[in-house]
Parts: sequence; C-alpha cells; structure tokens
Amino acid sequence: MNVNVPLPRQQTPKEQGLSVVDCDIHPAVKSVDELFPFMAKRWQDHLKTFGSHIRQGLADALAHPRMTPDVARVDAWPDDGSTPGSDPEFMRRHHLDANGVEYGILIPLGRSGSHQRNLDYGAALCSAVNDWQISKYCEFDNRIRASITATQEDTAAAVKEINKRAKDKRFVQVLLPPRAVEPLGKRRYWPIYEAAVANKLPIGLHLGGMGGHPSTGSGMGSYYIEEHTSNVQTMQGLIISLVIEGVFEAFPDLQIVLIEGGFAWEPALNWRLDKHWKNFKAEVPHLKRAPSEYSKQHIRFTTQPIEEPERQGDLRQIIDWVGVDRLMFSTDYPHWDFDDPRYALNSAGLSVAEKQKIMSGNAKALYGLQ
Amino acid sequence: MSREGATGTDTRAKSSAGLFRGEAIDCDVHVAVPAMKVLVPYLDDYWREAVTVRGLDRHNMNLTGQPANAPINARPDWRPKQGNPGTDLPTLQNQLDAFGTKFAILNCMYGAQALHHEDMAAAFCGAVNDWLAREWLDKDARLRASIVLPIQNPQNCVKEIEKRAGDKRFVQVLIPAMGEMTLGRRYYWPIYEACEKHGLPVGVHAGSTYRFAPASVGWFSYAFEDYVSQAGAFENQLLSLVAEGVFAKFPALKVVFMESGFAWLPPFLWRANKTWRGVRAETPWVKQEPAVIIRERVRVTLQPVDAPIDGGALERTIEQIGSDDMLLFSTDFPHWHFDGLDALPDTLSPALRKKILLDNPLATYSRLRESAPKEIRP
Repeated sequence: MNVNVPLPRQQTPKEQGLSVVDCDIHPAVKSVDELFPFMAKRWQDHLKTFGSHIRQGLADALAHPRMTPDVARVDAWPDDGSTPGSDPEFMRRHHLDANGVEYGILIPLGRSGSHQRNLDYGAALCSAVNDWQISKYCEFDNRIRASITATQEDTAAAVKEINKRAKDKRFVQVLLPPRAVEPLGKRRYWPIYEAAVANKLPIGLHLGGMGGHPSTGSGMGSYYIEEHTSNVQTMQGLIISLVIEGVFEAFPDLQIVLIEGGFAWEPALNWRLDKHWKNFKAEVPHLKRAPSEYSKQHIRFTTQPIEEPERQGDLRQIIDWVGVDRLMFSTDYPHWDFDDPRYALNSAGLSVAEKQKIMSGNAKALYGLQ
Repeated sequence: MSREGATGTDTRAKSSAGLFRGEAIDCDVHVAVPAMKVLVPYLDDYWREAVTVRGLDRHNMNLTGQPANAPINARPDWRPKQGNPGTDLPTLQNQLDAFGTKFAILNCMYGAQALHHEDMAAAFCGAVNDWLAREWLDKDARLRASIVLPIQNPQNCVKEIEKRAGDKRFVQVLIPAMGEMTLGRRYYWPIYEACEKHGLPVGVHAGSTYRFAPASVGWFSYAFEDYVSQAGAFENQLLSLVAEGVFAKFPALKVVFMESGFAWLPPFLWRANKTWRGVRAETPWVKQEPAVIIRERVRVTLQPVDAPIDGGALERTIEQIGSDDMLLFSTDFPHWHFDGLDALPDTLSPALRKKILLDNPLATYSRLRESAPKEIRP
C-alpha cells in the first residue's frame, strides 16, 4: 500500500476458523542437478550443452528484469541463501505452517518444458519436472499437490505424459502456459483438453509462456510494470479464444483455472463478449449460447494478484458479478506480489461461508482434495 | 460539388432541432474513402503516376479490421444504397439532423496507416486529409475531423500536423490502437510535442495495422475475437503512455480513446494502481497513481457501451470509473451498436448526460471552443 501507516494486524485464517488451500505456490531447484535423476543422460547433456531454446533474447534471465532478486519476497530466502521456494523445509515453516495452509498446489515455472521449441527436449524436461515435484515436495509434506507439466506444441507427447501421471492422485491438474504459438482455443491444442477431461483433471493456465508473440498488439512494453500487468490481457485473450473457438461445446466437462491473472476484469469482458456476439453470431454459428455462459460454467480464477478497488464495496460488487463459486484463493508464494491470507479478502464484506468457499472450499471441490 | 442548404444559417437552424437540440457533440463518426480515385487529385505527380502505372487504384485501401459488409460496420438504416458505409454525406447529415448534433468529429480509418512504405503512407494520409477538408468539412459546418497521421514515421506525422494545424476544423490527430510500437515510447514523442503545441488531443481509435498478433496469445481465428480483444489493446496502450512518462513530459496533452468501450476501465485502474505501488521504483517519473493521471488526462468515447444498460451494471461501472469528466458522447456512426436514437443510455443522471453530450467534449477539444474560420482551403 502506498501509505505510511502500518496495517492493523489481522487474524490469520486459522484464528478465524478458516482452512486455506493455496492454489499457486512456486517450487524451485537449488541447482538444476536436482532434475538429472529424472532425465536420460542424453537430455542432461543437452541441458548442459545447449540449454533452453525459447523465443526470447536472454537465455538465463528475463528481458524485463524484476524488481527483487528471483521475483521473491525479501523474507522468503532460506537460511542457506538458496533460491526462494527451493527448500521444502523452509517453505513448510515459512508458509504452509505460518499461514495455516491445508493444501498447497505447486506451479513449477522455472525449467519449464512446456514452451521449448525443441519438442523432445521439452517432453524430457516436463517429465523430469513432474517426477521432481513428487519426489522433492509431495513426499516431503503430504499437504502439497503437484501439477502435470506438458509440452504444448507436441500434443501427442503431452497426452502421453498426462495419461502416465494421472494415476498418481497427487497430480491435481494439467499445467500449461497461456502464451503459446497460437491462442489456446485453436484445435491443435484440443487433444490436450480431451486427455484432461478423460482423466478428470482441470487445466491450469498460469501466466507466462514464450509463444513468440509480443505482450501487446503493438510489440513489447519497456517496463516490468507493463509486462506484469499485460498478463491480464493475456488471460482475457485466453477466454476470448477458448469460448469463441467452441472448446466448451466440444468438451462440456472441461474445467479451466486461470492462475495469477486476477479476476475483477472478467465481468467487463463477459459483457463485451455478449454485446458484440449479437453482431458476430453469423461468423460463429458453433456457439449455441451467449459467450458469458460458457465462461461462467467452465472458467475459474485464482485470486492473486487480487484487484484492490478504491472504494469500499466495489470488491464485493465484483465478486458478486464473478460469482463466489468461481474464485479460489492463492498467494503466489514466494513471489514479491504475494497476497497475504490475513488481508487479501478482508475488504470484500464476505460472510464466513463465502470466505470459506474462496479460501478453500471451491478448490477442494474442483481438485478433489480430501 | 457543393450541396445547397448544407452550409451557413441553414445548418444552424437544423442544429437546434433533433433529439439533443444542438447540445451534443458526436466525438466518433466514421467516413470512408469510397475509392482510391477520389484521392488522386490530392497526390503529387510521383504518386499520381504510381497509382496509374502500378495499378494501385484497382483496389481501395480498406482495412482488414473493418469488413464493409459485416453487421457491426453499418446499421442497416445507416448503410448507403450504393458503396461502402460512411461514403455518403446525405446519410450522415440525416443522422446529424436526427440527433441534433452541434459538431461531429470525423474519423476516417484508412489503410494508408497500415502500409509499410512510410513515404507512401505520408502521401496517402495527406491526400485523405485534403479530401476530408474539401469533400466533407467544406460541405457541412457541423463537421470537424481528426488528422489522419502516417504513423509509420513520426517526422512525417509532425509535418502533417504542421500542415493542418492552421485549419481549426481539424480538432485532433488519429492513430490506430495497435501499431509497430507501444504508444508511450519516446520514438513517438515528437508527435505528442506537436499535438500539445497546437491543442490537438491524440485520438487513438480501435484498429490494428497487424504488425503483430492482436493479443499476446497469438493470431485469432475470427473477426469477433479481434474485435473483442481491442479493449485489451487499449489497456496495454494506456499503461504504456503512463509508464513511459508521456503525461509527465507533456503536461497539456490529452489522449482520447475511441470505440474502445469503457467497462474495462475500473478493474484496469485498480490493477494498474496495485502494480504501480509495488514496482514504482522502476519508473520514478510516474509520481501519482496511474488512476489519478488517467482520470485527468484520458477521455473515452461512449459507443460501444459495453456494460449492460439495465440491471445496474452500467451505473456501477460509471461510479467505479470515479470521474464524470472522462466520457465523451459518440454514436460511432455508421457502426451498429444501438438502434434508433438510443445512443445515450437514459439510466444515466441528467447531469452526467449533459456532461457527456457537451461539457466534456468542449473541455477536451479546445478547438471546438474557437469559432472556425469560414473558408479554409488547404
């Protein structure tokens, strides 16, 4: 907050009698060697020799440098100075225990195989990251759940990976980056959705990806503030594509979770889709219902970074428009823009029952966490 | 060719009738170049020869983003009997009469802005501006226009602005919402300097030159997707203008978003404020919350009203925007967003309706407050 007075201390969810499911926790490797037990020697050599081949200019850093080291909260560094998120014991103490997290869902971002252009390397990396999540985190603490990373541009490999992992119930969703070579509603990606539905897994779309398109329709912004915020427009583009391409007509059981895009913008997008649908119906006859109906039925949101309206009551209004049942709490631990469960929903004027749904109930129901 | 009865006292008489009785300024009206041949008289010898030798006039420079026959691009009753929507003066005049419009600002979206050859773009944008003055502004005293800028090259834009600035009927400049670079970048600042000097708001209209996919997710399949995603493009451009410090560098500059919708504004302002609070050390020249800067310096045309008019959503949205100064009346003629004369939702308070119709446009366009010289022929 841009104010000089400290916020009054608020009760933790536990003190309020609420349980928490954190739908966005980022694990990290201390060293890439951690992945090698799960990779063939051929791909270990590849990683060491050639590394990532992705669609951005910098190999080991982001072209919009972040404002804190490793995008992290300053207090999230483990005692030995290793990368935030890389020490399960520290994460347990600093986040899971301290914030009363009943279940935490891993969203692995670094070393992502999903958007590699070398598809075989991408598949190897995805598979290694999937093994690594289970071995390093889920087996360390049984509150932790994993996400299946899969190669977006090689759907055959992705389907194979999904089918292989789905048997392990600690994997609760398929994770893809929203910025791909084409908008995710395109039919080239449908086999992934088919496999997810067949295995009763939602698709989680966490901001990011290196699809090769600039962050805006006019090229790249100069600053991190633009890049960070442009993830909202990416999420809007996803809804536009998924709904208008007819993905939800083809897969009536598909559930999508948009992760780390906020949600306050969704009512306005739905209104816009519905309004202009009237003029474009003839172009998209495969849509049988108003666009917002698909969106409301199939798309959910994690809450962070929760929008902070200026007036009391506006967050409540937005939540009413979106629907309490579609929101799932997330912190983005250990990143700097962490939403604290003690504060994030306080101004929303929610009843205890509503708050419980957003803090944990909706996620438990969707992900089958028991 | 001059249309009798469309100039002078006759027009003023008409303006006092109609729905708004001359108390409305329509800030987004589209006219269209019917065929390239109408521009040829305004081209120099080199480009005139090029048109003939290269056969350029075998096609008009229509924009991909505006398929002429798509329902959104013309209301059935605003579609002329012949030719593309927006090519016919009497159809527009009937609309101005019906609304009782005091002034209407013409935005000619033309493919010259999407060419890759920057000198060709300058020649054809210049011709469009000449044609607008001669074939539209000269023929109805209610008409004003935006200067179509050859946005491919800022130096050419400045030349075009300097050439037109003496004609007070040109009240802003016109650029498409998506182009080769984000609009805040210093590359474009000579344009903003010239606009500030001449009291011309920067008009950014929905549309793309398709240099890049219209969204970060890639190229969409359907025109419907492209159209809806325009709102996101405006969000990106708005943050670029703020983050790059355009409003700090040019304290008198105003920016007008046209055909952008506006329901996206409140959540955008909240998110921009929140992220700015976290990372403002990166752009120390942004000294106020983005929402504060935007409410003071950015204006948005009314149509399409993309929040539901009934059920309270529109009123809540306007409250959340947090300013009565931002909305400017527009019909977006001849585009089809409403029927009959229902351009201005009557769920809005009378005070706000008056601001949207008249006060806000007058405050935004300083040139509308000056009386235009009777005869200016560039």
